[in-house]
Amino acid sequence: MAFLTLEQVNKLYGELAAVRDVDLGVARGEFVSLLGPSGCGKTTTLQMIAGLVEPTSGRIMLDGRDITHEKPNRRGLGVVFQSYALFPHMTVAQNVAFGLEMRKVPRAERDKRVGEILELVHLGGMAERYPRQLSGGQRQRVAIARALVIKPPVLLLDEPLSNLDAKLREEMQFELRRIQRSVGTTTIMVTHDQAEALSISDRVVVMEAGRMTQVDAPYRLYEKPATAFISSFVGRMNRFEGIWWPAGASGAVEVAGAMLASETADIQPGTAVTASIRPEKLFLKKGDARLNGHVASRFFLGGHWLFNVETPAGLITVSMPNNGEEPAQEGELVGIDWAPASLRVEATVELSA
Amino acid sequence: MNRSSTTPWLLVSPGAVLFAGLVIVPLVLTVILSFLTYNYDTGIGDGYTLAHYGQILSDGYYLDIFWRTLRLALLTTLLCALIGMPEAYILSRMRKPWRSIFLLVIIGPLLVSVVVRAFGWSMLLGSTGLVNAALGIVGLGPVKLLYTETAIVIALVHIMLPFMVIPVWTALQKLDPMVEAAAWSLGASRFTALRRVVMPQVSIGLLSGSLIVFGLSASAFAIPGLLGGRRLKMAATLVYDEYMQELNWPMGAAIAIIVLLANLVIMLAYNRAVEARARRALG
Repeated sequence: MAFLTLEQVNKLYGELAAVRDVDLGVARGEFVSLLGPSGCGKTTTLQMIAGLVEPTSGRIMLDGRDITHEKPNRRGLGVVFQSYALFPHMTVAQNVAFGLEMRKVPRAERDKRVGEILELVHLGGMAERYPRQLSGGQRQRVAIARALVIKPPVLLLDEPLSNLDAKLREEMQFELRRIQRSVGTTTIMVTHDQAEALSISDRVVVMEAGRMTQVDAPYRLYEKPATAFISSFVGRMNRFEGIWWPAGASGAVEVAGAMLASETADIQPGTAVTASIRPEKLFLKKGDARLNGHVASRFFLGGHWLFNVETPAGLITVSMPNNGEEPAQEGELVGIDWAPASLRVEATVELSA
Repeated sequence: MNRSSTTPWLLVSPGAVLFAGLVIVPLVLTVILSFLTYNYDTGIGDGYTLAHYGQILSDGYYLDIFWRTLRLALLTTLLCALIGMPEAYILSRMRKPWRSIFLLVIIGPLLVSVVVRAFGWSMLLGSTGLVNAALGIVGLGPVKLLYTETAIVIALVHIMLPFMVIPVWTALQKLDPMVEAAAWSLGASRFTALRRVVMPQVSIGLLSGSLIVFGLSASAFAIPGLLGGRRLKMAATLVYDEYMQELNWPMGAAIAIIVLLANLVIMLAYNRAVEARARRALG
């Protein structure tokens, strides 16, 4: 039995369905991310769990208790808002103590718990500062401390890192995971950043136009995306439309005359298929390979190089680790190679409108 | 070098001349006037005296009027705060078309002359007016409203409300709506969230609104003049009477100066409190 369950939750705004038929069970202590582009209903889902938005239909259960229509101040959940929503007229300590004060925790215990949680988020010396005197990352920590100090059964994070600059965002990702591990709170995070969702979650829920389209561990989500949308939203993906021709134990996809090698698949010969492969599963080499083309453009990203290669099968993105040597120039002829097993082949599904 | 140092002075001079001519000079003249002797037979004399100030500060008649002015201005400010705060809060939570419509409704009365609005109130509050007619239907006998302090306060509150609503509303606009939601999520009821989180942040708007309302109420002329009648005077109507009825200009000037100083002291003290608070709370 899951700790937090959403059963057939819907939210309609007039005719517009913001969230449709969301079914989700979250286990105790789990870190789940809701991932999707803006307007996909992920924030609405979070706000329904927090009690800030009332579901049109469906049930939300927390630890066996129906909280669907409970007021937000009675749910006892910790929420970290995108804007942090700190109280600007209170010090860091007062901000953090607010939830305890509302719970009528005695002064001495309150001070002790505030001190402990501020140590946990590394803000020990900042207790008497006002939010405006803190940097973005520090405000973020205050917001997390304020949400965690009430020992909530579930911590809800609404785009917690989107207001931080890139370097800090990366640091805070791991910091967030460290804090979550050390307190063991069940956590649901909303994000539009796939890297963020993949790096710190136990499970990722991908949402598209109000629906959940895939719920999976980050690794499986990346390797076996359920839809074309997910494969392009989570990481990069090369996709080809072609015809399947098996040849004994292996097979190939014919794309514009080029044959792309793959492993065997349970598909009728001559069927229209979609083949896909991640850029990092491709290798560039000088001279002939499975597919030849010339480099249309290349980008240096520090840890690796990104090439766009013009081939008979179309423009293909290839990622190569930076091994310290200068690789192929723009316009140069290169060959692309891959392990047949890493080319995924699926029969093309006709999308019904 | 020379040019760059005189240019700013040249640029401010039109404003400075206007300010000096329309504010400083009349004020200095009023101060001088308030020290001149006055005789009912011969008029304003050449000698200087402190007699007017002495008379004002020792005569219960004047002190009563000052006290009433202070009391009514404070009451008006308090009522404006009590009505204006919720009004501004509701306004800030309204959706798109309604917000601007209601903002216009609130500001609208400012487009009508104070005198016209005062006459409107005197029609409503008179012994045969709409309010008394309504009370008569319910069975409550006619109540004397016109020419009472109640009438003055009602009309002042009506006129001053926009000056309270607008600063509070502006302060509310700057508030992150999620801050209130954050307070709920931490276990605060709607009322507690308002009191502990929203109120302190709009207090700056509330305090500056009260400053405007108090200053304007304490020096209001048309409302007490038309709704207070001949006998219920406030500071501004008293000055008018001294000038126009008694023709005792020095006495009128002395009253005006005392009212100005009292207003100045109260507002400056208040403003200091406001600024100290603002520094502490919002930086």
